Amino acid sequence: MRSRRILITGLSTYWGGRLARAFEADPEIEAIVGVDNEEPSVELERTEYVKVGNQHALLRRVVEAAEIDTVVDTRLVVDSVFTSPRLAHENNVIGTMNMLAACGGAGVRKFVFKSSTHFYGANQDDPAFFEETMGRPHPPKTAIERDVLEAESSVAEFADRNPDKDVTILRFANVLGPDVATSHIDLFALPAIPMILGFDPRYQFVHEDDVVHALEHVVLGDRPGVFNVAADGVLALSEVAGLLGKPYAPLIPPWGTGLAASIARRLGVVIAPEMLAQLRFGRGVDNRRLKATGFEYGYTSREAVIALGEHMRLHPLLRSDAEPYRYEREVEEFLRWSPNVRNSRVRDVEGLSRQQLRDLSRLLESGGTPAGPSAEPASSPGVPAPPVDHYDDLEADEVVSLLPSLERVDLEALREHERANRGRDVVIGAIESLLMRQAPAG
Amino acid sequence: MAENARTPLTPRDRSQLGVASSPSLPAVQEDLRRHLAGVEPERTLTDWGRSERIEAVLDQTLVEFFYRYWFRAEVEGVENIPSTGGALLVSNHAGALPPDATMIGKAIREEHPHPRPLNITVEHFFKGYPGLSMLLPKIGAVAAHPANVHRLLYDEQQLVLVFPEGRKGTEKLYRDRYRLRRFGRGGFVQAAMRGRAPIVPVCVVGAEEAAPVFAQVNLLKKLTGLLYFPITPTFPQLGPLGMLGYLPAKFKVRFLEPIYFDDVGMEADSALVQTVAHEVRARIQENLFDMLAKRESVWFG
Repeated sequence: MRSRRILITGLSTYWGGRLARAFEADPEIEAIVGVDNEEPSVELERTEYVKVGNQHALLRRVVEAAEIDTVVDTRLVVDSVFTSPRLAHENNVIGTMNMLAACGGAGVRKFVFKSSTHFYGANQDDPAFFEETMGRPHPPKTAIERDVLEAESSVAEFADRNPDKDVTILRFANVLGPDVATSHIDLFALPAIPMILGFDPRYQFVHEDDVVHALEHVVLGDRPGVFNVAADGVLALSEVAGLLGKPYAPLIPPWGTGLAASIARRLGVVIAPEMLAQLRFGRGVDNRRLKATGFEYGYTSREAVIALGEHMRLHPLLRSDAEPYRYEREVEEFLRWSPNVRNSRVRDVEGLSRQQLRDLSRLLESGGTPAGPSAEPASSPGVPAPPVDHYDDLEADEVVSLLPSLERVDLEALREHERANRGRDVVIGAIESLLMRQAPAG
Repeated sequence: MAENARTPLTPRDRSQLGVASSPSLPAVQEDLRRHLAGVEPERTLTDWGRSERIEAVLDQTLVEFFYRYWFRAEVEGVENIPSTGGALLVSNHAGALPPDATMIGKAIREEHPHPRPLNITVEHFFKGYPGLSMLLPKIGAVAAHPANVHRLLYDEQQLVLVFPEGRKGTEKLYRDRYRLRRFGRGGFVQAAMRGRAPIVPVCVVGAEEAAPVFAQVNLLKKLTGLLYFPITPTFPQLGPLGMLGYLPAKFKVRFLEPIYFDDVGMEADSALVQTVAHEVRARIQENLFDMLAKRESVWFG
């Protein structure tokens, strides 16, 4: 099934924003809605941001009103450094539950869940390469790992209960890249790479671009199932240090490691609890199943580390170059909805067929209201008065996508017309929300 | 071989595993071997953490010395190791920190017409022990996980050495030398059948005398956190390096005829698995007694 109307959760996270941008470039995708309780952190052109928390009733209304067919859930927090455990749990476990509840309707055909290889943990008796079908040998000890496990199990349950929906889980290895912030990158940014004395763990990474490409790959193709996403090549931590051109400092004692980590935290070196197991035992995963679906990685683990190293050397020179993006609701709404904004609007209108435009302009004229040429730049004024049936040939979503380009009078006329004829709730609702928006201030 | 059995799954995990893997995945039916990662020539380590450089240095110094001058190893039947494809080498194991695995690897490098690297399976314990955890993977040791053995044998078509006696073998005392312990639960046979690789039984004579174990001290084992705490002629008197204080016994290594498994899915037949495991054990035991009977001197062979 081709995804046309996509909902992205966690729009404010790095992944949500990057993914929305990638989808914006695809003309086949007609609607992109991003939900989050924080504002987006990247500039987006046609993605609509809805500020909504984890309440499933609201989410469900958004999903149904926008006739979403694909949900991409990039919301999972897999790093305990940046959030408190309680917030992370709220987001990861309760949030996932609510999201799944919101996707229970018939409209959603595809659900893509971004998970982490923390699912497998890092233990002494691990296999060298985890395959997707393997579980972790021991129950998790850290809060984040428990969250990942719980979130995944509710997604798996959802997949079980909805065999008609395509459910994909992607388990990402440690992400590296110039733009993303993770606790491992913070660790690698230190002047020397801290290691546990006597251990040289195996690490597998994935470059941030590959993360976005992998999400795109499974959204655009039909790839139900569980996939590990990790670049080729498993590096030893000493090798990573060598590639970054840094010495390694085996300063963390092998016994009493937790205590040492808490002392280090006081000193400003944050080592998350879920990192400790990885620093000791390391982890490798089998990435072949995703490759078998035709996905190609842009970077190997080694290349991802080299790219990070280059960025780290350049970063001090390029810093404070560009002002970071700030979301301003009024500006974004102006850009999306004002009839005076040309560039993106014209592109949208040209994306529709001439026939549809003509139908709409006929309809407006037949409604008896003066359909000004200003309302529709592409309409041809010389067309004879049309029968009303032409309007009814249009599908609801086609009408909805045309609405933003109409003026207030036309919208009101159209609403009357729709009420009088087919009375489609979707169309009327969309018109009313537009009228609300355009209502004069005060 | 370490079995999964000692890592029980909670019911939730189990349901999750079943569910997570149950959606039909066309990719699994396909042979995934062609999607293995390629070799990056700039790297010095393999994906398993093996370092050819460190291995080569050790091979030309310490191992060379022991193999050629100290143990004066003699090798028979090296042609029984296939030149291509995966093969599972199954050997008897001596006590303490025995040199047998290293010597088998060296014998293949020295005597075989197509020298190939040997992957030695070791207990998961070593991955958790500081220092050893760092060193052992570099010289070709791999944790004895069924998935690891399968990947090496089937996907990567490599040589794997297992000691089915496991810890029971290394714990055994000098007076029990060359008497094989139970061969695990037959996991190694299943691994070979699943990986469609032949089993090559290997007999090593000399390792038991090189590092005779007079006693095991349980209290010290608990205190040091080691797998076992043996008393040998040099350990613990000479400290950790005393583990390498081998006596100059004459080494003999005999590779037996390989056992092939042609049919797919034989590993499901547990009776067959046990029969093969017994057969392999019997062959090794028989040849060991034969080699011991012919040996005139422990030190000169």
